[in-house]
Amino acid sequence: MKEDAIILGIEGTAWNLSAALVDERKIISEYEKPYLPKEGGIHPRDAAQSHASNIKEVISKTIRKAEIDLDEIKGVAFSIGPGMGPCLRTVATASRALSLLLKVPLLGVNHCVAHIEFGRWLTGAKNPLVLYVSGANSQVIAYRDKKYRIYGETLDIGVGNAIDKFSRFFGLKHPGGPKVEELAKRGKEYVRLPYVVKGMDFSFSGLVTAATSKSKENSLEDLSFSFQENAFSMLTEVTERALSYARRDELLLVGGVGANLRLREMLETVCEEREVKFFVPDRRYVGDNGAMIAYTGLLMLKNGMATPIERSSVKPNFRPDEAEIPWF
Amino acid sequence: MVLIRGAEATIYLDKNMGEVIKKRLPKRYRVKALDDAIIEERTKTEAKIISDVRRAGVPTPIILDLKDDEIKMEFIKGETLRDIVDEQMMEKAGEIVGKLHRGKIAHGDLTTSNMIYSDSEDRIYLIDFGLSRYDTETEARGVDIHVLFQMLKSTYNDHEELKNSFIKGYKRVLGEDEANSVLKRVEEIERRGRYK
Repeated sequence: MKEDAIILGIEGTAWNLSAALVDERKIISEYEKPYLPKEGGIHPRDAAQSHASNIKEVISKTIRKAEIDLDEIKGVAFSIGPGMGPCLRTVATASRALSLLLKVPLLGVNHCVAHIEFGRWLTGAKNPLVLYVSGANSQVIAYRDKKYRIYGETLDIGVGNAIDKFSRFFGLKHPGGPKVEELAKRGKEYVRLPYVVKGMDFSFSGLVTAATSKSKENSLEDLSFSFQENAFSMLTEVTERALSYARRDELLLVGGVGANLRLREMLETVCEEREVKFFVPDRRYVGDNGAMIAYTGLLMLKNGMATPIERSSVKPNFRPDEAEIPWF
Repeated sequence: MVLIRGAEATIYLDKNMGEVIKKRLPKRYRVKALDDAIIEERTKTEAKIISDVRRAGVPTPIILDLKDDEIKMEFIKGETLRDIVDEQMMEKAGEIVGKLHRGKIAHGDLTTSNMIYSDSEDRIYLIDFGLSRYDTETEARGVDIHVLFQMLKSTYNDHEELKNSFIKGYKRVLGEDEANSVLKRVEEIERRGRYK
């Protein structure tokens, strides 16, 4: 394989449909078309339909922006899971067709692993403990012996979904995260809310219920502030516990909720105290994107891990500790 | 002398007295109101529950003194199971956790780092009860065991064998039926956290 092989990556596990072309050294081009629900949260089928009608445009614009010849593309990578079934299937179908058309290998990428590998690539973190926080996922992960291992995770819903539920209750539009972050800055009084940590696991549904039930006696600003403080303190506490337990001196923060500055600040504080190096990708790359899929696809191709079409069924429950990691 | 600077607390050792002081230090990342409440709750819980833990037949250090944010207790000479665990030890750990659950207590943070093997006594001490509570529900027991199994899976290549040894000891103490309903709940809890 040539040094400068280019991989096309397509991400579409949930609300963001995004494609990118990446080679060993850089992101060559990207284009995205996020699905935004008219009201409420993400409806998997609506999202999949939106992806289906936009995928042609997203792919062709990505390729056109790059100004490359089609035969320079040496592989087509896509998120095979975890994610919403209908969305995953839409992206998989397009990817299979492209791989046949271009006569290049298909590469089914684990979405969580892609966040981690891309984060390591961008930041230079070597063997970090990883806090992965997004809508559906909240996990504390580290590499050991050919695999990423899960040290702790949510016992019910992801922190992003918890924030979405909280913000939907107050009529805030999707995505609620940035709005809650803004409101929290104006919060003055801390309201005591449930704080549920079990070893390195944690749970958010009790927090959502309690915070929304106090909407009469407390301001939205105070509740947003207190909600964030509890949720992020829980995440920071388990991260600190896992750093100590897994004996790591690097921390990598990935996933959409990683854009929140209050969460970053808490993690930075812990890292300073424990003399741990803190890594976090640029704000626009913490969330779901096509480049992370393309880059991880490249790693797979280099390690002879192409996905035969007959084994390219999507895996909505694909866990990071089920993926082989031979390149670490 | 500082013995351990843990994530939860710093442990100071007074070797001459054979005592340790476990002091929960304020967490700068948490707002003060929340931090104060957590530190006080956990210190109180630990001190209160630890004597009931002993009564349940689980080896654990004796408490000597208690303040708002620190506990003075007996020093246990030994090594945590983290790096020395084998199937035999895990079976013993299963018995101990069985006794704890039979004694109406859920630990809240079961790991091999919270188990100390005393060579001289040939027994395992259970420590760190800051996240513990009185709870006889299958759910609380299930979460306890889930946390332990997840940690075994992340840390040891022979986690299946260790898990099976633990189950053997756990069933011996808690009884086949009660243990099986907890283990069934563990499987449910594992499924729950996954992508929906």
